[in-house]
Parts: sequence; C-alpha cells; structure tokens
Amino acid sequence: MIEESIQTLSCDHLTKIYGNSKRKALDSVTFSIPSSGIFVLIGRNGSGKTTLARILAVELEPTSGKATISGIDVVKEPLKLREKIAIVPQEARAVPWMTPMQTISSYLLWRGYGYGEAKRKAYEALERLELGGSANALTRTLSGGNRRKVLVATVLASEAEIIFLDEPTTGLDPISRKEFWDLLKKIARERFTFLTTHYLEEAEALADEIGVLDHGRLVRMGSLDQLRQSVSYNYSMKIPLYPKPPLPKLAKGEIMEGREGYRILTVEDEAFSIARDLSKGGYRFTVNPVSLDDIFFYLVNREGEKTNGNERGARETTTREERE
Amino acid sequence: MEMKEEQEKQQPERSESNRIFPQKRSRLSQILAAILVNALYEMRNYPIVLINTVLSPLSFLALIFFVSRGTLIKEAIEGGFIMSMFGAGTSLQSDLSHLKNDFKLQDMVVSSPTSWQIYLMGMAISELVYSLPALIVLGILEAYYVQMSAFALLGFIAVLLMMFLTSIDIGYTFATFSSDIVQSFAFSRLISTLFSTIPPVYYPITYIPNPYRYLAYLSPTTYSAQLAQNLGGSISLPFESIAIDWIILIAVTATLFLIASRKARWREI
Ligand SMILES: Nc1ncnc2c1ncn2[C@@H]1O[C@H](COP(=O)(O)OP(=O)(O)OP(=O)(O)O)[C@@H](O)[C@H]1O
Ligand SMILES: [Mg+2]
Repeated sequence: MIEESIQTLSCDHLTKIYGNSKRKALDSVTFSIPSSGIFVLIGRNGSGKTTLARILAVELEPTSGKATISGIDVVKEPLKLREKIAIVPQEARAVPWMTPMQTISSYLLWRGYGYGEAKRKAYEALERLELGGSANALTRTLSGGNRRKVLVATVLASEAEIIFLDEPTTGLDPISRKEFWDLLKKIARERFTFLTTHYLEEAEALADEIGVLDHGRLVRMGSLDQLRQSVSYNYSMKIPLYPKPPLPKLAKGEIMEGREGYRILTVEDEAFSIARDLSKGGYRFTVNPVSLDDIFFYLVNREGEKTNGNERGARETTTREERE
Repeated sequence: MEMKEEQEKQQPERSESNRIFPQKRSRLSQILAAILVNALYEMRNYPIVLINTVLSPLSFLALIFFVSRGTLIKEAIEGGFIMSMFGAGTSLQSDLSHLKNDFKLQDMVVSSPTSWQIYLMGMAISELVYSLPALIVLGILEAYYVQMSAFALLGFIAVLLMMFLTSIDIGYTFATFSSDIVQSFAFSRLISTLFSTIPPVYYPITYIPNPYRYLAYLSPTTYSAQLAQNLGGSISLPFESIAIDWIILIAVTATLFLIASRKARWREI
C-alpha cells in the first residue's frame, strides 16, 4: 500500500484558471497512475496539456486542487520535487550562439554537476542522440529538428528521475521520430517520462498509460487496451464525403462527420454489412480495427457535444492528418 | 514476461540518481552556468559586443569632458562607474526576459534544483563580467585623474555595490513580470531614462537650477553620484548630508531587494 503511494503520480481535482480568464484551462483533473514508464497526454490545441505539464513540473501554480509525484506534494514541496525533475518546455529553443556541447553542459552545471562531469555527460548524451558530430557547431547552424534533439539531450543527460517532454517530436522527420521513440523506451526503464503529443501513433507506440484531455477536462485515462475497451466498437470505417454515400441506420455504432469524411465506429457484423452495401453502390471506403485515432476522435467529439451542443458539437473535428 | 519487464523498469530508477548525487550539488557550478551562458559564450562568439559595453559609458564621459573643457573629468569618470553599475541591471532585465520568454531557458531552470537566488546571483555576476572591459578602462582613468585614498576607495566601491544591487533588483523584478521581449524593452528604456539620463550623474547637482533639482532627488543614482563626487574630492559635503545620502541609498536598496524577493515570480501563477 505504502509502496503504491510512493510510486504514483496523482492529481486530485487539479484546476487552473489563468489570471482573469473565465475559462478553466484545467478543470478538476483527477487521476492516479504509476510513476514509472511512459505516460502520454493527448488532446487538441488548447486542451490544457502544457498547463498540466507545467504545474506538475513546478513551474506554474494551480488555482486549486492537489498533485503529488512519488509522494511529493507539487504545491507544498517544490524544492524536494525539483531535485528529481527536468523539463523540455513546448516552446524551448536552444540558444543559437551556443554549441550543443555548451547548451547541455551549462544545463548540467545548473543542476550542480562539476565542470568535467558536465562535459562528459553532455558528450555521452549527444552521442546517444547521434549528434556527436555537431557537438561543437553553433546551434544556429543545425537543422530545426536537430536543435530540438539538443534540448531533449539536455534533460536526458541529467540525473532527473522524472522527465517532462512537451511535444518533443514536433519537427522531427519520420525516421528520426522512430529512432527517438526507441531511445525514449530505453530511457523509460530508468525514469518516469511524462510526454505530450499530437501524434497519436506516438502514444500508441510508447505509452504505458494514456490520458485524453479535452477543454481542460480529463475525458479518459488508461492503457491503450483499456482505452480500446472503453469504446464498445471494434471496427472503424472511413467514407469520403463525396459522392455522398447512403448512410446506414446503425443498431450498434456511431456515425461522425469530419472534414475528411464520415467515420463510422461499429461492431464486426454491422461493419461487414455496411461494407457490402457500399461496395454494391461503388462507393470508396476503408475498414480497419479501431485505432487510438478513432478513439480520440470519438471521445473528443462526444465530449464536445455533451458540453456545448451549439458551439463545440457543430465544430468540425479535426484529426491527426489535418493538424500535421 | 510482462512481470519481468515491470521489475526491470522499476529497479534502476532510484539507484541511478543516487549514484550521481549522494554528494551536494555545487553552488559554484550553478553560478558558473549563468556566467558562461549569459556572458562568456556570447562574448566569445560575438566579440563585437565588447566594444559596445566599453563605448556606452565612455561616450557620455567624453561628452561631459569636452563640454566642460576638462573641468568635470572627475565627476564624469565617477559617473561612468555609476552608470556601468546601473546599466548592469538594465541589461540583466533584457537578458533575463530574453532567456525566459524566447528560449524558455528560465522554465528549464525553474524545474531544476537551482533556486532563484542562485540563478539571479549567477546572472548578476555575468553582467559584471560583461561590464568588465568598461570597468577596466574606467579604472585606469580613475587612477590617473582622481586618485582616492584607500578609505575613500572603499567608500566608493560600497556606493557602486549599492547601485549594482539596486539596479539588479529592479531588473529582476521587471523581468519576471514581462511576458515578451518588447514589453521588457519598454520597461528598461523607461527605467534607464528616469534613473540615468535625468539625474546629475556625470556633473554636480548644483548645475541643475532649483525647482528642477528636486526631481533629481527622486532617483537613487543622484545620491550615489553625490557620495562618489564627495569621495573623489570634487565636492565637499557636510557630515549630515553624507549620512542622509547613505541612509537613503541603503533604504532604497533594501526596499527594492524586499520587493524583488517577495513579488518577483519564479514559479508563475
Ligand atoms: N499564460 C497563459 N495565460 C492565459 N491563458 C493561457 C496561458 N497559457 C495557456 N492559456 C490558455 O489555457 C488553455 C490551455 O492551454 P495549453 O497551452 O495548456 O494547451 P495545450 O493542450 O498545451 O495546447 P497545444 O496543443 O496547442 O500546445 C488554452 O485555452 C490557452 O489559451
Ligand atoms: Mg501545449
């Protein structure tokens, strides 16, 4: 029991209202997960991912509510927590007139390493991210993705047990991104990684636990399997908007309309019978097992309708492809 | 299989960090980090900035020197020192906001074991390092033209230190409130005009006709200039004025320090 409370990240009705804003950037977020492995937070722009990461990384005070990481109170014990954490903020940039080596070693100096140790660790981290060759080039001469990697190398080089990465893979090419995932998986054996992303396949590939935020509220939390189970349909069909297909009446399932077409979540039999009808009429479509993308689309769409029928329900739900 | 992986995941977690930091984190390293990032790396990569730091206090000095036909050289040198110190706070403010808002470097430091006191101390020292070339040139001029006794020199250094602390407090407080660089520049321009252009830093206050003189007394730089001019022997103040100037200077520094430590934001709200 005690072991459990020490090894968890818990939020209890965590709420954040910025300044005089009337909106809640975070709305009573409550959950508890093991503070090991990789936790991935997904949600649309403005859903509150950065706000939650910044509060947990002791950069921002919550308006109300409580949070603890490994038994340490985020609000009341900031100094104790800061000993253990490191963050790469969403909009962080490596200083252009410094080299990757200088960037990483100076960060380690800030964490209290000796000069020689800092240099050594910095070099190791750069090698790990295959940036050893650019260690002494000015950051402004690196490509955008590599600059981003330098920042990630910065926290990886540190001893922090808990790492916050706010959209770390934005700007990485697909191959670098996959390599980066491999690295993250290795790192997650040693430390707890809190990651936010817009790439749902990233969550699928990495997450031990996934949280879905929408308009500041946590709409779902669990492992990928649990998320799958939370949607009682196992097939996803996508049909283009034009030529307008005959939409079936579903006994079991949901039809959602997005910018790229209709998306139907349903059970196996229904999926096949719809597929048969569509084939007969010569309409194009795809059928796939439900992916995280579908689940995200479904959860966010449904939440939107629930909270505000006029404004948010009518809004077109965008998915990964459009945002990228 | 599943279980085994779980265990592997949790075991090295704590042992690794304990291996690295059973000893204390080095404060010296934390201060060095700021000096490297905010002064040395920049100076090394853009040596041109050095010319600028030397020129700006010297250009005013030269102006006063020529206009006064050399009679105000002492005041001008002392003024140059005071302005270098005061300038440290203004550049601190823009450097801090730059690192905070454009690079989010401050956020990274906030989420690390560095306290705001150490971060600020390192940054403040880095500004001194930055002004070093100017201070050296001024020091040479001082030794040649002013020649203070050892006691007066100590007093002068104390005055400069007060000025430095005051400007650092102002710079830090404003920097933590600014959310973008333009806003920050607006503040720092205002402050440097109010505290350095209007007050009689490079010449005696008696040069200002009377009703306007009171305006000058609103700025702490006026008191430090007066003390410095007294120590340098170009004016001679009665004991009471010296005491009052010191009291005001210390009070202003202490008040600003309190404001900085209470109101400046490390963790945002
Ligand atoms: N400093 C701030 N002051 C006022 N409002 C803010 C501030 N930062 C964020 N917000 C608001 O809080 C809400 C959540 O923002 P947040 O940045 O946490 O979203 P996000 O999920 O990280 O979005 P993105 O995917 O675009 O990064 C938004 O409505 C945003 O406008
Ligand atoms: Mg964000």
